[in-house]
Amino acid sequence: MQSKKQLSDFTILKVENITQHFGGVTALDGVTFSVGHGEIVSLIGPNGAGKTTLFNCITGLYVPRAGSIYFGDSETNLNRLYPYQITAKGIARTFQTIRLFKHMTALENIMVGAHTKTRGGILAGLFRPRWVMLEEKKLRLQANRLLTFFGISSKAHELAKNLSYGYQRKLEIARALASDPKLLLLDEPAAGMNPKEKDELLELIRAIRNRGVTVLLIEHDMKVVMPISDKIIVLDYGKKIAEGSAREIQDNPRVIEAYLGKAVHRP
Amino acid sequence: MLLALGLNVIVGFAGILNLGYAALFAIGAYTYALVNIHLHIPFWIGLCVSASSAALFGMLLACPALRLSGDYLAIVTLGAGEIVRIVLNNTDRISGGPNGLLGIEHPGLWFFHYDFGVQSEPYYFLIACLVIVTAFLLRRLESSRLGRAWIALREDELAASCMGVNLPWAKLSAFGIGGFIAGIAGCVFAAKQGTVSPDSFDFVVSVMVLAMVVLGGLGNILGAILGAFLLSLLPEILRGFDIYRMLLFGIAMIAMMLFRPQGILGEFHHREEFKGRRKKLAGPNAK
Repeated sequence: MQSKKQLSDFTILKVENITQHFGGVTALDGVTFSVGHGEIVSLIGPNGAGKTTLFNCITGLYVPRAGSIYFGDSETNLNRLYPYQITAKGIARTFQTIRLFKHMTALENIMVGAHTKTRGGILAGLFRPRWVMLEEKKLRLQANRLLTFFGISSKAHELAKNLSYGYQRKLEIARALASDPKLLLLDEPAAGMNPKEKDELLELIRAIRNRGVTVLLIEHDMKVVMPISDKIIVLDYGKKIAEGSAREIQDNPRVIEAYLGKAVHRP
Repeated sequence: MLLALGLNVIVGFAGILNLGYAALFAIGAYTYALVNIHLHIPFWIGLCVSASSAALFGMLLACPALRLSGDYLAIVTLGAGEIVRIVLNNTDRISGGPNGLLGIEHPGLWFFHYDFGVQSEPYYFLIACLVIVTAFLLRRLESSRLGRAWIALREDELAASCMGVNLPWAKLSAFGIGGFIAGIAGCVFAAKQGTVSPDSFDFVVSVMVLAMVVLGGLGNILGAILGAFLLSLLPEILRGFDIYRMLLFGIAMIAMMLFRPQGILGEFHHREEFKGRRKKLAGPNAK
C-alpha cells in the first residue's frame, strides 16, 4: 500500500494555467491539473469543452497562449518544443479520428512509431553498416511483439487501410506505444466500438498501465471511464469544473449541471 | 529518366508537390558548365560538384516550403522554378543570358584515352549506369528509417510529427536527395549538349517530369523509370501520325489517368506485403 501511494505521489505531468484562444473563442481558460505516475486519468466534458485542444497543447501541435506544461522531473516547459521533440521525451498519443499511415503495413506503421528510438540517417540508409541492420532487426522484433500484445500479429503485413475498424483502433494505440512512452494520451479510443470491443479495450488499457505507462484518456462513454479511472477531470467551456474520483464526479452538482442543465428553482 | 527518379523522391515518397523541378536540373547543368569553362574541372569531379550544388539549392528551396502545404506549396515551387530560369536569362555576365554558355567539354574516360564526343551511344550507357545505381540506392533509402519517415509524412503529416518524425529534416532531406539527382542529370545534360541555355529548363520540363512520375505510379521507383521511358518514346512512336501526333499523345495521357489513376505500376508497390503473402501461402504447405 505504502509503495503504491509513493508511486502516484510522483507527478509525471503538470499542466499549469493553460489558456488557448481561436479567434474570439476561448477554447481553454486557465486549466490546471497534474497526473501522477502510473495513474489512469480521464478527461471528460461535453462536446467542444476543449479536451482535444488540451491534448494538442500537450503534444505540441498547438502553442498555448499562456500557461506551462511540465513533464517528468524535467524543468523544461513543453510549450517551447516541437511535436517530435515531445515524442522523444516520452509522450505518445492517438487521434480522435483514425490517422494511421494508410498505405503502409501494420508492421511499418509500428516501425514509424518507434522513430525516436532509432537513429539511422541518409548515409546509414544508403550504405547499411552492421549497426543499422542490427537496429532494423531489433525494431522488427519489437514491432512484432507489440502486434502480438495487441492480438493483431496475423495482420502484420496487411495495409493499414484494409484492416477492420476495431483493428485500426488497436493499431493506433500500438503505434503510439512503439515509441516506448512514459505517458500515453488516448483521444476517444472507444468511439465506434461495440460493447465487446469496449470490454477488450478496458483490459488493454489496464494492461498498458501495468507495463508502467501512465494513461491520460479522453472518453465520452461513462461505462469505459468510470471503472478504470483513478482520477477524472471535467472540462466545460474550456474551464476545469471538477476533479476527483469516479464517485465524487458522479455526485458533483456542477458536473450534472454541465451535462444535463441546471435545475429550475421555482419561487 | 534520372529526373523522374529524383522527383519521385520528393513527390512520390514525401508527398510534396514540386512544380519547379526544372530549376534544380538547371542548377546542375549551369554548375558544371561554369566550373568546366572557368576552372577546367573534368566531368567526373564536375558531376559531384553539380550534384552537391543542386542538392544545396534544393534544400534552400525547401526552406520556404517547410511552412506550407498543398496548393500553396505547389505555387511556391512553381515560382522558384521560374525565378531560376529568369535569373539565368538575365545575368548575362555569368550565365551568358539567353545565349547560354558554349564550349563545355565532353566527358571522357581518361584511363582509356576515350572521349565521349557528340554521339549519343556513350551517353546512353552512361545514363543507363547512373539510372541503375540511383534506383538501387533509392530502393535502399526507401526501406530505411528515413524512407519510412518520408512515406509517413506523405500519408499523414500530423500523425507523423506526433510519432516523432522530425518534419523539417524529413522535408529538407527529400528536397536535398531530389536535388542531388537532378544535379547529376543536369551535369550529364550539359556535358552531352556542350552548351546550356535557359530555354532548356522552362516550366514544361517540370511538368513532363511530373507526368512521368505520375504515369509510372507515385512512389514507385520502377514506375518512375517506366513512366520516363513511355513519355520519351510515345511521341516518337506516334511520329507516323504526323500532325495528329501531339493530339494522340494527349488523348493517351487522358485515357491513362481515367482508367488507371494510380499509375501503371500502381501506387507504392509493397515488398513487405508481398513478403507476408508469400509466407502465408507457404505456411500451410510447409506444415
